[in-house]
Amino acid sequence: MLKRDNFLASSRGIVIAGIAIGILAALLQKWGNPGNMGICVACFERDISGAIGMHRADVVQYLRPEIIGFGLGAFISALLFREFKPRGGSTPLARFILGMIAMIGALVFLGCPWRAILRLAGGDGNALFGVAGLAVGVGIGTLFFRSGYTLGRSEKQRIGAGIIIPIVLLGFLALRLVFPQVEGNPKSGILFYSVKGPGSQHAALLISLVIGAVVGILAQRSRFCTMGALRDLILFRHLHLFSGFVALLLGAFVVNLIVGQFHPGFVGQPVAHTQSFWNFSGMLVAGLAFALAGGCPGRQIFMSGEGDGDAGVFVLGMIAGAAVSHNFGLASSPAGIGPYGAYAVAFGLFGCLLIGFTHMDRIKS
Amino acid sequence: MTVGYMEMKDTVDARGLSCPQPVLLTISKLKKTNSKEIEVIVDNDVSKENVCRAATSQGWMVDNVLEETDQYKIHIRKV
Repeated sequence: MLKRDNFLASSRGIVIAGIAIGILAALLQKWGNPGNMGICVACFERDISGAIGMHRADVVQYLRPEIIGFGLGAFISALLFREFKPRGGSTPLARFILGMIAMIGALVFLGCPWRAILRLAGGDGNALFGVAGLAVGVGIGTLFFRSGYTLGRSEKQRIGAGIIIPIVLLGFLALRLVFPQVEGNPKSGILFYSVKGPGSQHAALLISLVIGAVVGILAQRSRFCTMGALRDLILFRHLHLFSGFVALLLGAFVVNLIVGQFHPGFVGQPVAHTQSFWNFSGMLVAGLAFALAGGCPGRQIFMSGEGDGDAGVFVLGMIAGAAVSHNFGLASSPAGIGPYGAYAVAFGLFGCLLIGFTHMDRIKS
Repeated sequence: MTVGYMEMKDTVDARGLSCPQPVLLTISKLKKTNSKEIEVIVDNDVSKENVCRAATSQGWMVDNVLEETDQYKIHIRKV
């Protein structure tokens, strides 16, 4: 049926990809990444935002090689399988704002959908509220799609447009190599490094980069998407992507059990707070933004590696959103939400609804 | 008149649309059509896979997928 047999996009393939990603994520924690944060696309982009000085929250500054690996892995995979297609022009400015809002919401919860799953797999009960919020946010997104919401068609672009994000990521890698971390020093050349806090906890460069690339390839081939998993379940009752979501949870859970990383409870969980309402509503806003933009933060990087400029704009929006989030006191900490976090959730929701209602295609044949 | 996306009779043009719109349009067409066969045009592999999967789940059959320059034409038939 399919022109090229793509095993990883099959029912069994997506499960295998999910399990593999879950195992690798849990191992990244074992090898140095912060607790329940083997992979967190939002947190890692936030750390990159800090590493290049867009915000100065000194505990979350590190140029995470996993993100570089995700994009370049997807880029290589797309090239190998003839799926690299430069495209763009589907309301990029709205996508930038959605990326900012998604990051702001995620940082109220303290994690993206990927980390919400990993937090569950590590026994963090607070993540239940995050996942519930994510499902409600994505559910609201499906109502918009049912009502004719669209950001319009993308168009084929020149090759130069498709390689911008991969080149930016190569630039990040070059910076990371030219300005390596100096033990105990918060700065190396032009890059900022955390000497304490989550930003100081990381696996070795090569491990992070290689695992990132493997995940990028697996996800590009399997079309793995944590938001799409819930969206397709709610919108179409399709279990395909959701089976990958559950597989990631199980893969990480089993490794956590084996290596002693499973600690069930609500209080004292790593990089988490216990304000359930804000865990729920932060993720609701993020989930709605991801849904309106058509992909979870991971999927947006993988698509940008495939040449999708609109996804690339969303990724840049997330990095900018992280800067705003930390500069303006919107992001949470283990002590609870930031001083302006509640306003951020309200304005984020308003922004999503505004974009949703103003991009309706009311004329149908 | 076309705004955002275009639907011709028994053809769904989902080129340039991102998830979940190609599947949404396809399922909507499958439910509305009186025809026994429809054609869905997409421009990327992900949409092709999703549309094929959705058609099968709706009890239709994917007859064939024609690869053309920068697009696929998916022919779906009622079982």
